[in-house]
Amino acid sequence: MNNWLTICNITDIAPNTGVCAKVGEKQVAIFFHKRTDALYAISNYDPIGKANVLSRGIIGSIGDQLCVASPLYKQHFDLQTGTCLEDPSVHIDVYKVRQNSGLVQIHQ
Amino acid sequence: MKKQRILVVGNGMVGNKLIDNLIQADHHAVDIMTFSGEPRLAYDRVHLTSYLTGSSAQDLALVDADYYQQHQVHFSLNDKVTQIDPLAQTVTTESGRVESYNKLVLATGSYPFVPPISGNDQEHCHVYRTLEDLDAIERSSQQSGVGVVIGGGLLGLEAANAIQNLGLETHVVEFAPRLMAVQLDQEGGDLLRRKIEAMGVKVHTQKATTEIVAGETLRYRMNFNDGSHLETDMIVFSAGIRPQDELARAAGITVGERGGIEINQYCQTNHANIYAIGECALWQQQIFGLVAPGYQMAKVAAQHILSPEQATSFNGADMSTKLKLLGVDVASIGEVHGKTEGALSYTYKDDITQVYKRLIVSSDKKKIVGAVLVGDAQAYSNLLQIRQNDMPLPDNPSVLILPNLVNDDSAAIGVEALPDKAMICSCFDVSKAAIKQAVISGCVNMSDLKASTNASTGCGGCSALAKQVLDSELAKLGVEVNNHLCEHFAYSRQELSDLIRVQKIKTFEALLTRYGKGHGCEVCKPTVGSILASFWNDYILQQEHLELQDTNDLYLGNMQKDGTYSVVPRIPAGEITPERLIVLGEVARDFNLYSKITGGQRIDLFGAQLNDLPAIWQRLVDAGFETGHAYGKSLRTVKSCVGSAWCRYGVQDSMGCAIDLENRYKGLRSPHKLKFAVSGCTRECAEAQSKDIGVIATDKGWNLFICGNGGMRPRHADLFATDLDTTTLIRYIDRLLMFYIRTADRLQRTSVWLENLDGGIDYLKDVIIDDKLGLGAELEQAMVDSISKYQCEWKTTLESPEKRQRFHHFINSSERDDGVQFIEIRHQKSPAPKGNTLEIDKPVTA
Ligand SMILES: Cc1cc2nc3c(=O)[nH]c(=O)nc-3n(C[C@H](O)[C@H](O)[C@H](O)COP(=O)(O)OP(=O)(O)OC[C@H]3O[C@@H](n4cnc5c(N)ncnc54)[C@H](O)[C@@H]3O)c2cc1C
Ligand code: SF4
Repeated sequence: MNNWLTICNITDIAPNTGVCAKVGEKQVAIFFHKRTDALYAISNYDPIGKANVLSRGIIGSIGDQLCVASPLYKQHFDLQTGTCLEDPSVHIDVYKVRQNSGLVQIHQ
Repeated sequence: MKKQRILVVGNGMVGNKLIDNLIQADHHAVDIMTFSGEPRLAYDRVHLTSYLTGSSAQDLALVDADYYQQHQVHFSLNDKVTQIDPLAQTVTTESGRVESYNKLVLATGSYPFVPPISGNDQEHCHVYRTLEDLDAIERSSQQSGVGVVIGGGLLGLEAANAIQNLGLETHVVEFAPRLMAVQLDQEGGDLLRRKIEAMGVKVHTQKATTEIVAGETLRYRMNFNDGSHLETDMIVFSAGIRPQDELARAAGITVGERGGIEINQYCQTNHANIYAIGECALWQQQIFGLVAPGYQMAKVAAQHILSPEQATSFNGADMSTKLKLLGVDVASIGEVHGKTEGALSYTYKDDITQVYKRLIVSSDKKKIVGAVLVGDAQAYSNLLQIRQNDMPLPDNPSVLILPNLVNDDSAAIGVEALPDKAMICSCFDVSKAAIKQAVISGCVNMSDLKASTNASTGCGGCSALAKQVLDSELAKLGVEVNNHLCEHFAYSRQELSDLIRVQKIKTFEALLTRYGKGHGCEVCKPTVGSILASFWNDYILQQEHLELQDTNDLYLGNMQKDGTYSVVPRIPAGEITPERLIVLGEVARDFNLYSKITGGQRIDLFGAQLNDLPAIWQRLVDAGFETGHAYGKSLRTVKSCVGSAWCRYGVQDSMGCAIDLENRYKGLRSPHKLKFAVSGCTRECAEAQSKDIGVIATDKGWNLFICGNGGMRPRHADLFATDLDTTTLIRYIDRLLMFYIRTADRLQRTSVWLENLDGGIDYLKDVIIDDKLGLGAELEQAMVDSISKYQCEWKTTLESPEKRQRFHHFINSSERDDGVQFIEIRHQKSPAPKGNTLEIDKPVTA
């Protein structure tokens, strides 16, 4: 099934930052990495700090891995796999996301 | 094996050190009991004076009951030992307790000598030895205008400093022809006198007091043997100390002719199982009135008690001293009274800058006999090391005390030349070898070194030398001290800050492209964001800076553990009108915010959801509030007392000053948060000495204290400059803050910055006060530029609809975060406890 949900315009996301989208009952953090012109989507819930805050973290790279640092206690989550770099036993969900004629869309 | 029972009489600095040495070595082998003649356990007598300038008894404590209990050390407070029975091996105390021992250690210290003058025991006559003495002096000072210290030695001058700080007109009366007669020669003493008189303390030498009678204009009159007199309200005796040896004497233990319990090289008295250590002990007819030799005795005695066959011996100690008295650097090394046969001396004297230095060498000019330094004691460590380690002198020894005009370091011995056994920190017995070892075990900076060896944490006199040894050892190991900010920038914060300023770089993107690699991270991005803000100070939420901001800066509030934010409006110096107070209350009520008054004298409102922040702030901004920058690494608050406006004791308008300072520096972005305080008089109700910038009113202006800290690692602020007028005060603070912003590391509070600054406080004075680097005007201009661009970030945000737009939890819905749940505690809301699907022990911070 081809089920893409439009969230917002790409210009609604400031370069190299994130926003939080409501997708059904889920909270999804979507990041726009301007330098590589790529979008990433992961769960907004920080399982370590136990709050819905990841979209408000700073993104960057550790070695070759693109990641976001939780604004609460600064653990890093890989934007592509959802793995926590400090504790690889912790994973969060990742979602498919795309740019489609200037629109940001999430695959449901 | 049966435990040895050890009794320690006296729980002063040295007695406690011995106990600590014993339990560190092997606390299972001993059963320890100690008796304290004071109402508390050991405290730091060396820093006694700081009790009057803000340290509490608890700050000064060297040990607490818990620690003793943990190690099964028994103790009895306020319980003097009154009798020793060496045959039965028992002691009896004031409270009637009888205890037996295998080994007895006398650590009874000394008592202040009060000359037998009639009238010396009146209500406002004091001594200066214990916390209780200081309490009494402080009480007296509140009913006195003039105070006299009898005795112009080291302790007398310290006492004079203290009572001057208590606001009294201060006199020092000395029997000898000069101040610090033991340590200084006549000329050194004279110069010290001139300097101290310039600070407002009146000095009277060659005066012997014959009686203290009722005064005519003041409470007492002191009559002198030359017929003159002096009137005063209060007297502090500081005419020397005498070893506390009565107890030993009565028990038949050998004491010296002029007092002191005689000991051998293992600190044993004439009874092999009775030891004496510290200021009560007499070794080869010498008493040691300093703490370092006492600590050495404690070490020797502890070793001898536990394993006599391995004991080292006490071989005397160096009595050289370096200190700051009433702001004047004074040092004395070795023998300075010309008692050494054939000794020659070099003298350097500068009447303009008021410096006096004398170096005394042996007749063959091969050895240092002694030295006196007044007004400039920089040569101290150098000279002391040469003397202690018998190092060869330069061909012309005078270079050791001449000012280093060409800056070629020709006089410096170079720490490489020091032998391994060279004692670098004598307070804590840290040798060069110990520093070497610490470096090998991984210590790379002064903070590490202090933590692992205690070096430089006592009197601090060795800090410059310790740093040099540390650096040279690091260099030898080829350790390149890596202070790179993170993997994306191979530069320190200071280097990046220079690059940004000099290259006029305005964005992170530009900096990363030119000087970095990768995509940045949560370490370098906010750091660069802060530097850009400090120098260019444009609105931090401009599109191109957004990615750099921590969530706190991004949403202009501190994120709390549940993802909600705090709202903290600025209340300069804690002064607020009833109208505004009502607005705060109404906003808190209408938006259901948890409210709390903070230590920074303002009101924090907690539990605001992202969606509500603009509406909350709109109400506050409309009522005239500005953002309090509680979220930023920037100026938090300037705490203040009400000062001369209301307080009976206030001597300046501390409120006015605090409000001006807060308004001047609000919004200034810096490496870490900044806290200020202003007190209206020396009573210091605003606790300025625990702040980054502390200002205390004097009757002539303002005293500026810097680089203090509360929090996790408290640090007492250093006195930086005295009696400043307001313009100079602001100039110094402008320069200081800008210099800090340019040179500090990321997240380095001013306290740590100063501790790591080469040259320390003296260097900082050179830069800020004397403008040695010629940076003064530039720093001031930079501050003015930054101030001129100030804006209330909330106001700017509210004015722009797009900016307001960001304050939504969801980009595609106006709903709130349903994960945020509250419960009620004490009639207010509080975050609901979180489910425990995953427990972590401690937060991981970058
Ligand atoms: C204001 C001031 C500033 C100083 N500054 C410096 C400095 O900068 N550098 C430096 O090296 N030194 C300094 N000193 C000296 C230093 O404090 C002493 O050398 C050190 O405290 C000596 O330690 P102690 O344990 O021998 O004696 P104390 O610390 O005096 O302890 C002796 C204890 O034994 C108790 N006692 C006495 N008799 C009995 C008894 N019969 N039964 C039970 N208890 C008894 C006393 O009450 C006291 O508590 C300073 C001293 C003062 C007062
Ligand atoms: S510090 Fe301030 S409040 Fe305290 S006594 Fe002095 S002027 Fe009064």
